[in-house]
Amino acid sequence: MIRRNCSLFAAFVILLGLHAAPAFAVNPDEMLADPKLEERARDISQELRCLVCQNQSIDDSDADLARDLRILVRERLVAGDSNEEVIDYIVERYGDYVLLNPPLKPETYILWISPAVLAFLALIAVIAFYRRKQREDGAGPKSLSAQEQKRLDEILGTSQDRS
Amino acid sequence: MRFWIAVIPLVLFAALAGVFLMNIGKDTSVVPSALLDKPAPDFQLPPLPGRDRGLSRADISKGEVSVLNVFASWCIPCRAEHPLIKRLSREADVPVYGLNYKEKDPQDGVNWLDELGDPYTAVGMDLSGRTGIDFGVYGVPETFIIDGSGQIRYKHVGPVTNEILEEVLLPKIAELKG
Repeated sequence: MIRRNCSLFAAFVILLGLHAAPAFAVNPDEMLADPKLEERARDISQELRCLVCQNQSIDDSDADLARDLRILVRERLVAGDSNEEVIDYIVERYGDYVLLNPPLKPETYILWISPAVLAFLALIAVIAFYRRKQREDGAGPKSLSAQEQKRLDEILGTSQDRS
Repeated sequence: MRFWIAVIPLVLFAALAGVFLMNIGKDTSVVPSALLDKPAPDFQLPPLPGRDRGLSRADISKGEVSVLNVFASWCIPCRAEHPLIKRLSREADVPVYGLNYKEKDPQDGVNWLDELGDPYTAVGMDLSGRTGIDFGVYGVPETFIIDGSGQIRYKHVGPVTNEILEEVLLPKIAELKG
């Protein structure tokens, strides 16, 4: 009986865990009636950083400011703003820092381009390594000198005329 | 070739170490204001209950340098910095305006000022927090220095300390006053 209770409890805990995974900070009273607009609001919210708890999006965060921003995003959508307009509205006030994906612009070129440059350099290094290896392999081992051959023949007990 | 293979990692390491060294002691939770050197947003806030004067953009663009301090009664660091805001308003010789941010009850802000003293030239009540968002406020207290044309010239996030007051805010105000 105790065992059974335990496994029931375990199942319950697991279920709780499964349930918690898709849970967000968005409260039902914040949601828009129009599912399409609400979905756009969710998409936008996931792109915006909560400045209070800086590694969460406003969609995930329970902070008061995140809630205010979620409501603001929805208000702008209802007012007819496009997704870009809503994001620009927030960026105007809080700067690029609110974007969880940094935009591509001159100040961020290094950020975006350096991985490609590094990958390219790595590729060159790999190619150089294999080229060199191939060259060395192509040369092959040097053949035995006459003296070495003679010594080998002695050891193996074979004469020059072995077949 | 061998020489470069030995040197390049050293150079990269030194560069990276330099970058990290420069960032030691920097508070990464402070976000630079997007509104720096831009005109303050337009706003119109009602007065605290029982007072006549609210706060609007007209107040902070009257041709004189001013300070806007965002505070709330529920904000503990605000209580800590309050004596310094009083000092600021005494010593800086510029109007210091208060933005009472997101009180649960409008009366809370009044009670708070009655208890601790009111250093503000005028206080606007931002119950919804919308004006705060327009100012890019993300953590009260915040203190803005605004020049005569209504441009935001400096923003301090977090409580004002003696050091901040004496070494940053007062010199900055003096500089803007010219």
